[in-house]
Amino acid sequence: MSEMIQAKEPFKFYTRLHLSELTGLRAATLPQLLKLIKTVPGSSIYHHTHRFLQQHQYLSPEPPNDFAYWVSAVLGEAGLGEKLASIDTIQFPTIRSLREEIIKNIESYIKDNPLSKLKFASEGEEFHFIKSVSFILPTKYIAYNLSDFVEILKKITLDSIYFHIFEARLRLERTTNDFSYWIETSIGDKTLASTISHLDPYTYTLEDLRSAVIKIVEVYIRSKN
Amino acid sequence: MANIKDYIPIVGESTIEDLQLIAEKLKGKVVQNINSTAFGGGVAEILNRMVPLLRELGVDARWDQIKGDEAFFEVTKKFHNALHGRAQAISKRDFNVFLHTSNRNIKNMNIYGDVVFVHDPQPIALIKKRKNNKWLWRCHVDVSNPSKYVWRFLMDFITKYDSAVFSSPNFSRKLPIRQFLIAPSIDPLSDKNKELSEEVVTSVLAKYNVPRDKPIITQISRFDPLKDPIGVIEAYRLVKKYIDCTLVLAGGSASDDPEGARVLEEVKKRAADDKDIHVLLLPQSDIDVNALQRASTVIVQKSLREGFGLTVTEALWKAKPVVASHTGGIPLQIKHKYSGLLCHSIEGAAFSIKQLLNSPAYAKKLGLNGKEHIKNNFLLTRHLRDYMLLFLSTYHNEDIVYL
Repeated sequence: MSEMIQAKEPFKFYTRLHLSELTGLRAATLPQLLKLIKTVPGSSIYHHTHRFLQQHQYLSPEPPNDFAYWVSAVLGEAGLGEKLASIDTIQFPTIRSLREEIIKNIESYIKDNPLSKLKFASEGEEFHFIKSVSFILPTKYIAYNLSDFVEILKKITLDSIYFHIFEARLRLERTTNDFSYWIETSIGDKTLASTISHLDPYTYTLEDLRSAVIKIVEVYIRSKN
Repeated sequence: MANIKDYIPIVGESTIEDLQLIAEKLKGKVVQNINSTAFGGGVAEILNRMVPLLRELGVDARWDQIKGDEAFFEVTKKFHNALHGRAQAISKRDFNVFLHTSNRNIKNMNIYGDVVFVHDPQPIALIKKRKNNKWLWRCHVDVSNPSKYVWRFLMDFITKYDSAVFSSPNFSRKLPIRQFLIAPSIDPLSDKNKELSEEVVTSVLAKYNVPRDKPIITQISRFDPLKDPIGVIEAYRLVKKYIDCTLVLAGGSASDDPEGARVLEEVKKRAADDKDIHVLLLPQSDIDVNALQRASTVIVQKSLREGFGLTVTEALWKAKPVVASHTGGIPLQIKHKYSGLLCHSIEGAAFSIKQLLNSPAYAKKLGLNGKEHIKNNFLLTRHLRDYMLLFLSTYHNEDIVYL
């Protein structure tokens, strides 16, 4: 059995917990929604494109963002809902570029479907803009090699997995997820890093994502033994 | 009472470890909760569970109550109704009664918290004692459509707090202070929600003479027009044309509530000609409610207005298929066709109930999704986490906080 490669730098697991802050802003029509999407803070765009993943993770890959859900379920604009739901979030390296893509889709839909401007949500069904306040804390878990890493992955919270995969990449504007970055730079295996970074995390439930990463790393460890 | 480790089998060890991590960041801070009563009502119920658990986690949480006489609480009841949007005559004298008692509390109450957490409108005026500490106002009331008169009066106090906390986005409005969304929660280990043996469920149903030979449709709610028990009977009758079933309408005592007593009489009158409708006036027994929910085939909450709708949370936690109105906090808990069915009318409710009774596999799937959603979002452990993050938020204004 070959010796497990020790990482140059250990991987420190963090967790990210969020608190929802209300902005008091609400939209009842598509033009109102569009106007507010253009002006709300990035943390609000982030909240509405990622909250669903955490709160409704067992439903994913069902509606991956609140905007898609609201325009379909409340305004009855299923066409736009589908367009917004199928935005390939992982292709957008920043919240700014994701926001622009959402705006582009809504503007183009309104242009092609002018009557959609007249639809409105009934009382109590308006779209409420909320933003996420993230608290990032170090956990007690530290991996010194891939074997530690995979064992910790099995028991860490989904919040921690979420932080290292989603939050690190998009909101904190890092180019890849933390796991791939560590495997490439500290374990020194580009192929394994790339296999993990090629997963589209937006099409998994968080629990399935955990299992997928564990499986990839376990297969790799077995192949080296 | 359960201790924090008892929740590990339900939410996992790492979730409890996260709570301990946050609690460490609050070391040295005293969190002083203030409300108006130690017993009775939802706020006291939740504080009775939360304060000991926070202390066990290492947070120096304490709990005090303001003092008030009957006249004061009559006025705050009027405020409560007016904030819920009910027509309510409130005089200048009422405001004076409120201010008079508030001033006495301001004078006599010892405020020692680094974070002072004020619950509901009754103690709201204590903000006048603000010094260099942090103040949070927790609104447990549905203020989506409040009386402007009362809201304006309260705004003078609210705007002096650091932050306000609401249970639903519908309750938020533009405020010059930060406002957070923290949903209520249920305690999975309480008598109302813990697992029950089949024997207990059977014995409770026998006690109320509810047979289990047909599917059981249940609404658990006090007898209040806003809970629309008459609408539930009408929906049941539409279902009954096609599917033989039993209806259970169960709620707490209405003896001290003239309006409730009138509704109960009306419900009994409407149900009199049908032996399959069981109108149960329950004593305060959480185990009985738990058993009735567990014995139900479909649970209904056909409210016309609702706060958060914790009866829906309880039903979903028991993996029951639920048909509920699209109102208050219910849509936060039920995504239509994913974790239950939402309705807007008697006919809509009836259609959904029939669908669930005729498609047990679909009903089961909705119930399981619902349970998972409650587990992830509406259990006491999430509530504890949000409250601790809220306390920490008073020391940080940024959107990303590194602790």
